[in-house]
Amino acid sequence: MIGGFALLLLCQLAGEVVSRGLGLPVPGPVLGLVLLFGGLLVAGRMRPGAPAGEGVGRVADGLLQNLALLFVPAGVGVIKHLDVFASHGVAIAVALIGSTALTLVVTVYSFVAIAGPTDEPGGAG
Amino acid sequence: MDRDFSLWVYLSTSPLLWLTATLGAWLAADWLARRSGRHPLVNPVLIAVVLLAALLVITGTDYKIYFDGAQFVHFLLGPATVALAVPLYRNRLLVARNLLPMAAALGAGSVTAIVSALAIAAAFGLPHKVLVSLAPKSVTAAVAMAVSEKLGGEPALTAVMVITTGIIGAVMVTPLMNALRIRNYAARGFAVGLASHGIGTARAFSVHPVAGVFSGLAMGLNAVVTAVLAPALVWLF
Repeated sequence: MIGGFALLLLCQLAGEVVSRGLGLPVPGPVLGLVLLFGGLLVAGRMRPGAPAGEGVGRVADGLLQNLALLFVPAGVGVIKHLDVFASHGVAIAVALIGSTALTLVVTVYSFVAIAGPTDEPGGAG
Repeated sequence: MDRDFSLWVYLSTSPLLWLTATLGAWLAADWLARRSGRHPLVNPVLIAVVLLAALLVITGTDYKIYFDGAQFVHFLLGPATVALAVPLYRNRLLVARNLLPMAAALGAGSVTAIVSALAIAAAFGLPHKVLVSLAPKSVTAAVAMAVSEKLGGEPALTAVMVITTGIIGAVMVTPLMNALRIRNYAARGFAVGLASHGIGTARAFSVHPVAGVFSGLAMGLNAVVTAVLAPALVWLF
């Protein structure tokens, strides 16, 4: 488990170093994701049949099952900006709700327009 | 009285209290969400944030003091983003079959997310700083804050917009997609991950595993695309 967590941190660290070192617009953790995915592909090729990345898989599952919790500390930051919400609350609410709804609709229809109505070919989706 | 006071001084300056409070609020919120059968309106992030914000206001605690404890949870956002590589790897064949729809949805969705937020905010005449802080609202907190800072926004305000957008998307996605009769869970997941990052992805994983994978993917891809597009699109407003 510690090995898996260390691997996640190592990938993130490498991502941050490359992103900041080269001044890329791509954030470090996203580069870390790409790096880990590449590593899993290589490991899978080298040991066909063996489930690649078992240790990191357990840690990743644990983190992703509790992903929503990780946003709570930043969300509590709302108390620092109560004045902005008091004076512009309605406009911000309309912008966030309207934009999110529109984004969901545009994205899902763009996807389905090309992929078709289900995700399993011939399956129940 | 004196001892009570020194106890409070200890607790209010150590990270222990607010880290424990964060996990406690989360457990209570998650218990409520489970009790409701994961009803979309009973969003655990929203409940936990309201509980903790109320607690801070009542006890007169500064957000900075709170964050000294809660930062240990916040920090895990980075490794959790890297961890998205694992479900991506497990589902790589399904993803490979959907490269074209993903590219189309990514381009259309990312532009819509930025431009529609800016256009509505501009129509209401919001100050430029607030407007810019809104632009990257659909991408994961760490990335959105960096983008906002580069554009002259207020990163802390952006963080709040990001969390709010995440909650809105997570609450909205299931009833909206059902109303539109979308049965493609890859598409549903991709949409919610693109529009509302990790909070949407958490919701997607609790609805359908395939939706979760595509949601995580959309979240990662949109973080990159928004970081590149937002500066150009903000310039239009």
